[in-house]
Amino acid sequence: MLPKKVMIFPPNSLILYDLVLRFGHKPLAIMSKIGEKVRNPEIDSPPINITYEEPRHGVKYCAVEVPSGVRGRMALLGPLIEEAEAAIIVDDPDISFGCSGCARTNELVIQMLYEKNIPILRLRYPRNNDEAREFVRSIVKFLKSLNGDKG
Amino acid sequence: MTVRIAQISCGTEYSGIQGEVYRAAEITGMHIVFPEIDTDDIKRAMDVIGLYPASTGLRVMLARALAVAEGRVEVDGVIVMTCFRCAEGALVRHTIRRFLHKTTKIPVISYSFTERTKAENLLLRFEALVNMIERRTLLARKKHEGLTIGIDSGSTMTKGVVMKNGEILAAYWLPTIDVVTSGLRVYEELFKKTGMSKSQVEAIGVTGYGRFILGKELKANLVQEEITVCSKGAAYLGNAQESYSTIIDIGGADNKAIALYEGVPYSFTVGGICAGASGRFLEITATRLGVDLMTFGELALKGDHRKIVMNAYCIVFGMHDLVTALARGARREDVAAAACYSVAEQFFEQQFQEVEVKEPVLQIGGTSLIKGLVKAFEDTLKMKIIVPPYSQFAGAVGAAILSSALAKSS
Repeated sequence: MLPKKVMIFPPNSLILYDLVLRFGHKPLAIMSKIGEKVRNPEIDSPPINITYEEPRHGVKYCAVEVPSGVRGRMALLGPLIEEAEAAIIVDDPDISFGCSGCARTNELVIQMLYEKNIPILRLRYPRNNDEAREFVRSIVKFLKSLNGDKG
Repeated sequence: MTVRIAQISCGTEYSGIQGEVYRAAEITGMHIVFPEIDTDDIKRAMDVIGLYPASTGLRVMLARALAVAEGRVEVDGVIVMTCFRCAEGALVRHTIRRFLHKTTKIPVISYSFTERTKAENLLLRFEALVNMIERRTLLARKKHEGLTIGIDSGSTMTKGVVMKNGEILAAYWLPTIDVVTSGLRVYEELFKKTGMSKSQVEAIGVTGYGRFILGKELKANLVQEEITVCSKGAAYLGNAQESYSTIIDIGGADNKAIALYEGVPYSFTVGGICAGASGRFLEITATRLGVDLMTFGELALKGDHRKIVMNAYCIVFGMHDLVTALARGARREDVAAAACYSVAEQFFEQQFQEVEVKEPVLQIGGTSLIKGLVKAFEDTLKMKIIVPPYSQFAGAVGAAILSSALAKSS
């Protein structure tokens, strides 16, 4: 089986990114998009080189009356959702686990992922060690299942 | 002196305007700092402030506000910014502003932005915030001395006054066509009216949107933004320099609500995204009714705004509603009243949610002469509105007063 493109949510979670990578898939994360922006020497719009063009491009994913911060985020996240072949969504995570910063963006991204009818694993953020073990176990099982491995 | 300002915001990076914030800060001599916080501070800030927003970015804002309130970061002022149209952001913005006013003496301004916000949109606000901090002593000046001229170069009208030891000797205004030409005409007219010579003038103060170019032309002693200057003029004219007061200024293209203590602003808000609550809307409506603005104000006093259905605050759609009402046979008085109430209600719903309204409430600017508008504000706020004498010249008076502190003889 070919590796799958797996969207992670929160979109900047290093733990999810690492897990997806370890099991042979391609994580779709916002870091890659921001990295492209920051490394672009032609744009000088500190701190992450987002200009007013991004919120305008975000209109592809949400209406213009949606706040500019949501549209700016969607300009980066929208193309990742389009690419996604699977997704792992973690609800109510600790801020140190990752976050998009905006609850409205979260709602929209999750809805768009469901709309794609791709395999989705949705989990609650673990609150203790036992839950954490089960959390990782579920993710590993899901990632393996994307390879056709039922184990 | 560099003024340290804490930026407490959500969405400025993803809206692509953080660079514009930095640019406006650099022009106005501000050093922007982001109060450092720990992840543990976030939960504590929500518990202390009593607000639990869903967005993490807004939770971080609360934690940064708590850092300022607890003195863990040394700043001279605070700007609170969230995305325009974000309801949750607006709640957090208002809460932080009230929280900081209650817990600190630091001036706080708030702003909701779009991706189109440019440094130029922020300059007036930032400049005023810097002046509130850097020129605190100057702004505390309560009296006028000597012979000075103040000119307010507004977007619609240019206004000027000559003051001598606290008394207004002459006042003159005309429509702004070209900033310098209109400013110089007002300047010359003041000499004609008083018969004084230019050598007698001890200082000149210039404010308003054309202040830089006109101030340079007149070699003004004081060139200062209109928020702090109009506040001084309004408090002086309204005899409100001893305690709290609130100012309403419906300008040609924007509007301002300013909260003062002893004649010095401690909080303000400037409308800048929609011109629906501006003098321009009233001017267009008056033109459509075929009357001048003063007659328009008298008409509005006789009208009943409830008889006109206005579904939009937008200047274009609002006009459309009024024109439709006229076509259906509505009375001109009712249409004029509806336009005045539209401005007052929009101002109340937007600007007065951002500043504390404390009496006396002073209305200034050319639109304060529109009687129907003043009544609409009284009805909307359920408060007495005071229109001080020379209210349309408040900016010019403020400039004359503040410049008198910079006169050679002072």
